[in-house]
Amino acid sequence: MIYDIEYETMPREALEAIQFRRLKATIERGYASVPFYRQKFEAAGITPGDIQSLDDLPRLPFTTKQDLRDNYPFGMFAVPMENVVRIHASSGTTGQPTVVGYTARDVDTWAGLMARSLMAGGATRGDIIHNAYGYGLFTGGLGAHYGAEKLGASVIPVSGGNTKRQVVIMKDFGPTILTATPSYALHLAEVADEMGVSFPDLKFKYGIFGAEPWSERMRDEIEEKLGLVAVDIYGLSEVIGPGVAMECYEAKKGLHIFEDHFIPEIIDPQTGEVLPYGETGELVFTSITKEAFPVIRYRTRDITALSPEPCICGRTMVRMNKVSGRSDDMLIIRGVNVFPSQIESVLMEMKHIEPHYQLVVDREGQLDILTVMVEVSEAMFSDEVKTLQGMEQEITKNIKDYLGVSAKVKLVEPKAIARSQGKAVRVIDNRQI
Amino acid sequence: MHAEQISVFLENKAGRLCEVTGVLSEAQVNIRALALADTSDFGVLRLIVDDTEKAKTALKTAGFTVGKTDVLAVEVPDRPGGLHEILDLLQSAGINVEYMYAFVNVTGENAVMIFRFDETEKAITTLQEKGFKILDGQKVYSL
Repeated sequence: MIYDIEYETMPREALEAIQFRRLKATIERGYASVPFYRQKFEAAGITPGDIQSLDDLPRLPFTTKQDLRDNYPFGMFAVPMENVVRIHASSGTTGQPTVVGYTARDVDTWAGLMARSLMAGGATRGDIIHNAYGYGLFTGGLGAHYGAEKLGASVIPVSGGNTKRQVVIMKDFGPTILTATPSYALHLAEVADEMGVSFPDLKFKYGIFGAEPWSERMRDEIEEKLGLVAVDIYGLSEVIGPGVAMECYEAKKGLHIFEDHFIPEIIDPQTGEVLPYGETGELVFTSITKEAFPVIRYRTRDITALSPEPCICGRTMVRMNKVSGRSDDMLIIRGVNVFPSQIESVLMEMKHIEPHYQLVVDREGQLDILTVMVEVSEAMFSDEVKTLQGMEQEITKNIKDYLGVSAKVKLVEPKAIARSQGKAVRVIDNRQI
Repeated sequence: MHAEQISVFLENKAGRLCEVTGVLSEAQVNIRALALADTSDFGVLRLIVDDTEKAKTALKTAGFTVGKTDVLAVEVPDRPGGLHEILDLLQSAGINVEYMYAFVNVTGENAVMIFRFDETEKAITTLQEKGFKILDGQKVYSL
């Protein structure tokens, strides 16, 4: 079923006309209200008037995550604070997360996009949605929540964690739609199994999974273990949150990008050159309806390709492949974005600790386990075990406090961390996704 | 009064202890006493050797993280209650033992134990006042 049949099935020409009108308005507003965009445009020798058609979009400069950090916290907001009704933030090092804002209309736009997404993923207003995305600064929980209410479904705002209690709720309340990260979905199934609850016998029909990359192999595993149809949802807080693109349960082949709100481009991450449909590169988004936090040519660092092929579900919007990787070193640990540089900052802030570290990511059972190996320098070494253990605990706590992710900290001997051609290997990802 | 102890950080994996003894053997350093404290992930090896500086340099060159700590080598009466007398005395003086381990050799009537206290100087006075003998570093290394 299609939530917004007019827009989601719009013929290409009509869609492009709307896109251009909205793009023009966004660029003019960004230029007028956000000093960062004005400076960037001026440096590139371009004014909003130079954008005469959608084909002119590549003439505009890119926006990067670093730009958002440089304008922390509210420098990229295009409306006065009194018009902002919601603030979300991604994890960051001390004082440097990326902060995004929403006007009342943005919240409503987002809810509408999530309602579209939930319906594309099999949900209807008669469903009970078990929403196990984390509620809080992370956009997953509240994004799915508002979309579920907009759709008219019944939403259980269970959030993440407390897995055993979640299993009891799933058994007693009989939810029919599960929204969670794919790894947490598998973890739920495992815990249910330990509790003697057969997951496939629960009432779930569809599962809408996102916030971390997952493969077709993982989809098969989820569908088999959970006894539901698993579909992929995509989004990022900088663009709006979940609901930027959504797979339809009919085809389960690529995610429809809601192009009446976001214009996608695929670029070569090295040269910045725009690539044609079908070619793999970095995904770039321009938001064209957002008021509080418009993004112009925002580089997501996600690697994918776009396909304009018509879809059996009837939606006319282009599809992006499942994200296959990153063009930077970002890791996604249980739905939380982690950059090695963030761990480095945490270590640098601590006395005596030298930033000789390595991150090892494993998947134990269904959960991502992040191990931070830290080389023991002479300055931090002590002949007392409790001092060293205290140091491990302090690093663990600081990582949790600043990044919101649980890590296992392991002290290792100097030079234990492999260096390739003098450059330390910072990340070893052992996950078979 | 103090004796110097070197400590070495070891990851808990096969063969590491053997590598330490290998390095010391190569450097012609004699181990006088040793103790290993460990967790599931790592261990701290504490050593009294006949030539602290030589041992430290050799281990550092071999890539180990090495520390140096002042400890006390105390003669403990070699009879029932001998160790208790010492610990009891320190306990009443409010001095805590961070760790301790036994020396390999004995000196005549007495055993020798290595102590790491939270208040080293106070421990020296307390013990000496009661007539306990603390061995000088030089003597310890050559025991």
